[in-house]
Amino acid sequence: MGTIPQEHYEPKEGTTSKWINDRLPIMGMLDHLQKFPTPKNLNYAYVFGGILVLFLVIQIITGIALAMHYRVGETASFASVEHIMRDVNYGWLLRYAHANGASFFFIAVYAHIFRGLYYGSYKAPREILWIIGVLIFVVMMATAFMGYVLPWGQMSFWGAKVITSLFGAIPLVGESLKVWLWGGPFVGEATLNRMFSLHYLLPFVIAGLTVLHIWALHHVGNTNPTGVEVRKDSIETVKKDTVPFTPFYVTKDLFAILVFLIAFAFFVYFAPNYLGHPDNYIEANPLATPAHIVPEWYFLPFYAVLRAITFDFLWIIPAKLGGVIAMFGAIAILAFAPWLDTSNVRSTTYRPIYRWWFLVLVIDFFVLMWAGGQPAEGIVPLVSLLATIYWFAHFLIVLPVVGLIEKPLPRPESIEQAFKDKHDDDYDANRSQSAGVAAQPAE
Amino acid sequence: MAHKDDKDADGHVADEDRRDILFLATGATAAIGVASAVWPLIDQMNASASVLALSTLEVDVSALEPGQEMKVSFLKAPVFIRRMTEEDIAEAQKEDIGDLPDPDARNPNMPDTEATVDSRLLGENKDLIVLSGVCTHLGCVPLGDGAGDFHGWFCPCHGSHYDNLGRIRQGPAPENLPIPVASVDGDILKLG
Repeated sequence: MGTIPQEHYEPKEGTTSKWINDRLPIMGMLDHLQKFPTPKNLNYAYVFGGILVLFLVIQIITGIALAMHYRVGETASFASVEHIMRDVNYGWLLRYAHANGASFFFIAVYAHIFRGLYYGSYKAPREILWIIGVLIFVVMMATAFMGYVLPWGQMSFWGAKVITSLFGAIPLVGESLKVWLWGGPFVGEATLNRMFSLHYLLPFVIAGLTVLHIWALHHVGNTNPTGVEVRKDSIETVKKDTVPFTPFYVTKDLFAILVFLIAFAFFVYFAPNYLGHPDNYIEANPLATPAHIVPEWYFLPFYAVLRAITFDFLWIIPAKLGGVIAMFGAIAILAFAPWLDTSNVRSTTYRPIYRWWFLVLVIDFFVLMWAGGQPAEGIVPLVSLLATIYWFAHFLIVLPVVGLIEKPLPRPESIEQAFKDKHDDDYDANRSQSAGVAAQPAE
Repeated sequence: MAHKDDKDADGHVADEDRRDILFLATGATAAIGVASAVWPLIDQMNASASVLALSTLEVDVSALEPGQEMKVSFLKAPVFIRRMTEEDIAEAQKEDIGDLPDPDARNPNMPDTEATVDSRLLGENKDLIVLSGVCTHLGCVPLGDGAGDFHGWFCPCHGSHYDNLGRIRQGPAPENLPIPVASVDGDILKLG
């Protein structure tokens, strides 16, 4: 199925499995998924993919349940959310799980993206895998934004108005585009209705893209912390570098999921509104904007980029349009990482110069997140601008240049070797210890 | 589960009992966890508090004169309320219970009684007939005010005739029109 040699699925003659598989090779596919050769040296940075699949499922299931009680409409939506909170059995749980689920979905996706950046998961032959991932991220953001509009509180309304107004910055067609998105000259019933429609649709688009993402992953195989590829000469060499996904990574992923769910449960049960905004418990009022509107925390870095551009760019691009371009550009530039990075070393572990720049990028991300949450006054605009400049410089200058000037550290010749180097001491210690225990009675 | 000859690479024999208890404990914890996550998803489809709040209705029947009939909406379905005249009651008493297609009173306020005048009527004066206005055949709303061959209700959908106590007399309906859970306090009829 993929480029990694794997034992072929051979169902026994006369079994139901064989009967099904001869007609639809789904048993073979399940067998492939179950036994998929996975590098045996994956660390906990690699658990977020599994967590993301789980959270997509949680969001879809709680979302379908909420849609059974939610009503869409300028006068109905806000009241129906209160109805869910007060009247519906476990409605509070469903809503808090869905709202905080979005936050934890984004925690996992940012961890997943930065893991990919650190271990060079975007490099050949994984460019399409990476780009599909960026697409999923974009659709996720759109879905989360539309979901936030649905309760029709003050933040919902003004968030919808501000974000859709971004499209008004596009030259020539902007104004008409905005009116088209709104379904009229104002944000109202029509806007809310289409937001609900699309908020219900897009998660299934994400699910489809996720299937492609995992398909591409299973074709090229996982990266691993060494960045050294699994040796694909034969099934024997593959077995030296990998372990079957089941039970090894199923167990490890489940453990990570459990830890992650404990943190999730803490927020759902003990701090359900901590990540939200009190203003959204005030019904939408088109005549008064809240004093300080900020998006949800997971949009803050890109919101900071949007606000950082306060000047006309190159005398031809007005500030309003410049901010919009910068914001979308800050996301889109991720997709070009495979071609901007000139280093042929995959894992940052072996890149003595780049690893410092990677650290700067992570700090930069959090600086942007902080700046996006502050009122745009005092030092904040300057910090936003500098952090925005670094975000782009990292991809456009650091990635190409460091790859050319850096002398990478020696890499292990195989995953098997790296694994042995790391764990042989443990093995030896275990052996001598158990030998000692066994020897004791004889003394 | 674990087998006696399970050995790892270093020749250690697996501790069978320890492994079994771990499997069982993990499985039990997972099962409880999944069940407690699934239950809210099922329960959310049960009637919400706002729906349950509809399940009681108080009706003032003081304006209802003998021979008059009214219809109220209770749980999104009609309830017929009629104050019987003495002639009505006399006509209803003529019937032999044994001749009725459905001799059961169908009155949850007086369970396991026969469909007599006494067990079908409510109120201090035993003169109120209160009926769920849903035909026991296929759910249509019967016509009232003495409609049908038995001067009670008549369902136009498939031709079921009920008498003035709402008892089925002719046609495809299998049971008498049921009496809702109800009580009378002075002029107030409390449904549910």
